[in-house]
Amino acid sequence: MFKLMVVDDSNIIRNRIQRAYNSDKFMLVATATSGVEAIEKFNTHYPDVITMDLTMPHMDGLECIEKIVAINSEVRILVVSALSDKATGIEALSLGASGFLTKPFSEEELVEALDELMQD
Amino acid sequence: MKEQKLQIFLDIIKNYFDQLTAAELIVDTPYLLENEQPRILDYTGVIGISGTQKGVVYFTASQALLEGILDSFGEADKSEANYVDLVGEVANTVSGNARKEFGHEFHISVPFVFSGSPQSVILPKNERSFIIPITWQSQVGEIVICLQV
Repeated sequence: MFKLMVVDDSNIIRNRIQRAYNSDKFMLVATATSGVEAIEKFNTHYPDVITMDLTMPHMDGLECIEKIVAINSEVRILVVSALSDKATGIEALSLGASGFLTKPFSEEELVEALDELMQD
Repeated sequence: MKEQKLQIFLDIIKNYFDQLTAAELIVDTPYLLENEQPRILDYTGVIGISGTQKGVVYFTASQALLEGILDSFGEADKSEANYVDLVGEVANTVSGNARKEFGHEFHISVPFVFSGSPQSVILPKNERSFIIPITWQSQVGEIVICLQV
């Protein structure tokens, strides 16, 4: 069972992800609404996998990825963002993200992306 | 913004609603509004644009339209907070998806969201605004794009 943390400033998106993930494989251990909160909770809940929004107040997702990967480079991070340009995807992956899912997404796409992330 | 760029936003909004349900999105004929403020519906999410383009993109919608989207998400909580959250998220998604065409330097802000009428003018003066009216499950919304040429 992989420990999951969901990071998104939208309550609706956090709820969607929580309803969609495969509970046979993942156990939700934390949610966060900003990059700052995500780092605090990362250091106390030790998730194996994170879904990460990019456009957030206080600390954006790219900076948050960089800081989390500096703490533990083994964590798998799935970026879930509306930012659909290629350069943002490349930047996220270069900072240590493992996958990218563009909003809007279906629940099936999210499940598939999370499963693929943990198979690599 | 030139009219040709409108197609980018038309494709994005169509794709957004295609993800929700099989219900058809009806996009009415987009129109141009010059030196006027477009109408505001029950909830509005505004995204500030900076970088290579400057201006705002916003999504304004009736509560009933947002309720339909929440239903399609399986979201039972129909609170004011969730309507405000959702209208900001739609505005964010529409603007963020536009970066695929406008590029990395199309910077988008976090959403500014409100219900009802704003206290002050929210669009840049002396700029043209393109209005894309939509109807989904008989409920209405509008996407407003006001970008400097």
